[in-house]
Amino acid sequence: MKYPVLNSASYILVNTPDMVIHNGTTQTTEKLSNPDSEYLRKIPSHIRKYNEVLNYIPNQVYIGNMNPSDLKDKKLPWHNLNSDVKERYGKFGEIMPQDEFIGLLKISDSFNLILLEKSFTNDIKNKLSSHKLLSKDAYKLGEGNEIEKIKNEIEKNGAQALYNNGSIVGCVKKAHDIDVNLTSHIMFENLVVKASGYLAFAHLLNNTNKQAEDIDYVIECSEEACGDMNQRGGGNFAKAIAELAGAANATGSDTRGFCAAPTHALIQAAALVKSGVYKNVAVVAGGATAKLGMNGKDHVKKDLPILEDVLGGFAVLISDNDGINPIIRTDLVGKHTVGTGSSPQAVITSLITKPLDKANMKITDIDKYSVEMQNPDITKLAGAGDVPASNYKMIGALGVKQGDIEKKDLLNFVNEHGMPGWAPTQGHIPSGVPYLGFALKDLTEGSLNRAMIVGKGSLFLGRMTNLFDGVSVVIERNPGVVEEEKSVSRDEIKSIIAKAMKDFGNHLIND
Amino acid sequence: MDLENQKRVKDFADEYGAETLVVILGAAEGEAAGLAAETVTAGDPTFAGPLTGVQLGLSVYHCCEPEFKNEVDEDIYEDQIGMMEMVLNIEEIVEEMTDIRKEFCKYC
Repeated sequence: MKYPVLNSASYILVNTPDMVIHNGTTQTTEKLSNPDSEYLRKIPSHIRKYNEVLNYIPNQVYIGNMNPSDLKDKKLPWHNLNSDVKERYGKFGEIMPQDEFIGLLKISDSFNLILLEKSFTNDIKNKLSSHKLLSKDAYKLGEGNEIEKIKNEIEKNGAQALYNNGSIVGCVKKAHDIDVNLTSHIMFENLVVKASGYLAFAHLLNNTNKQAEDIDYVIECSEEACGDMNQRGGGNFAKAIAELAGAANATGSDTRGFCAAPTHALIQAAALVKSGVYKNVAVVAGGATAKLGMNGKDHVKKDLPILEDVLGGFAVLISDNDGINPIIRTDLVGKHTVGTGSSPQAVITSLITKPLDKANMKITDIDKYSVEMQNPDITKLAGAGDVPASNYKMIGALGVKQGDIEKKDLLNFVNEHGMPGWAPTQGHIPSGVPYLGFALKDLTEGSLNRAMIVGKGSLFLGRMTNLFDGVSVVIERNPGVVEEEKSVSRDEIKSIIAKAMKDFGNHLIND
Repeated sequence: MDLENQKRVKDFADEYGAETLVVILGAAEGEAAGLAAETVTAGDPTFAGPLTGVQLGLSVYHCCEPEFKNEVDEDIYEDQIGMMEMVLNIEEIVEEMTDIRKEFCKYC
């Protein structure tokens, strides 16, 4: 069977200290319900500086400068550890500072909704002019606006302020006077998705041997929706990002499914390539400002820094089989169906063992499981547990129930087949896909043969169904043989029949 | 505890009476279970949701506690929760839940 391959991957983070304070929903909700709270007063002293965000091992793992195994023997908490690597750029992408990202928001703005202050614009234009991937876009920043005009838009016309280092440096205007889906708040969130998705896409193009023009189709899989009052989630981020990235031959669409969406998108992309509809399909997602500082109250209460201070983004490219890169086993897909039920056994069985059963594989035949790879330094310290570790224990427990492993070996299973989490708690960003970048090496030059990507999503948050969701897919070392689709031509059939007739004739003569 | 869930618990208590209501939790950690239990007994400790300052004192148990387990058909329990029982730190959860009930529960 001719499988599609995982061609390349990129991962980016954006450090957004002011957006934690002004745009994370934990903080904005607190401002509405309890404006004089101690929490709000304490936040500024719990915000990390950019160099601290670079000097954070999970972040360096996310952009590929370090490996998940580098976190394996490190005890929590991780935020006060010194990282061996503190670089902005990594093998997979980069950690962009907030000021440049605000510039990137402006570059991503097709409707002149963002106004940036003049001197800030000048400063950012200089910085982005030396960015290795974005220098060509720096001119789009224009000359900037007077701060009075910006403040007037905020105070009188409902624009949303953009802060840097505690000061207003710009604003996002509303895109319609009365349309609730085009408010300045929604336009801001959507432009953040577009800009961070574009940054991930730009790094993907830098990491692949393909050109922007080679990409046929883009699937965007974040958790926001763009549209107006007549079509709230009409779309489409995918094509908007492809346009910015110069993918002139691509169209695309948005796939949604809460945190499970990236794995849904990965399977869809693989299916599109396998079927021959498209040769190169990119999957991309931008980040969510709403989730910044989500566990901030617990972090501040425990006198910790607010660790959810980065937006996340990623992109992967799925292409025709090249005989080298890891193959995506489109025949080994797991899905949580409407009838699956919600007990942990039922969920894990549907996502883990059902796809393995199709190939007569055991739970231990998968070398690495990539589940919800949320950084436990963020969640555990906030009292929300170690999400990947819980998932691995559940997979192992199912293995015990099925007789694949002994109960005494459960912890060994977790250590050998699991990984410590390193991804920011941006919903869709940690879900299954953070390992794909590492899989490119582990399943080619490395010693592993098989990994499973598992995405899960809490659909009930949308209040349309009480159901949960999840999908999974196996990726494997490429056997190196690119089998061509077999087809037999009319001439070949004639020749086969002629040969058979001749053989039959000879047979009669000899008799 | 999720703000919407707080509202639902509060609405149920108003509609059916707090003394008739039992809350069953499924949290994976002792601390998270304790926070949820505190919310439906002593009020929302994060001062964010509808149960802020509302001391419902509801009967609250974790699904892995013996009080709940002994009430359920063994096979169904094994089928639905058996695997999680293998994974969770039951001792920690029971300790946390017992402490909260002892301090705040009005109907246990």
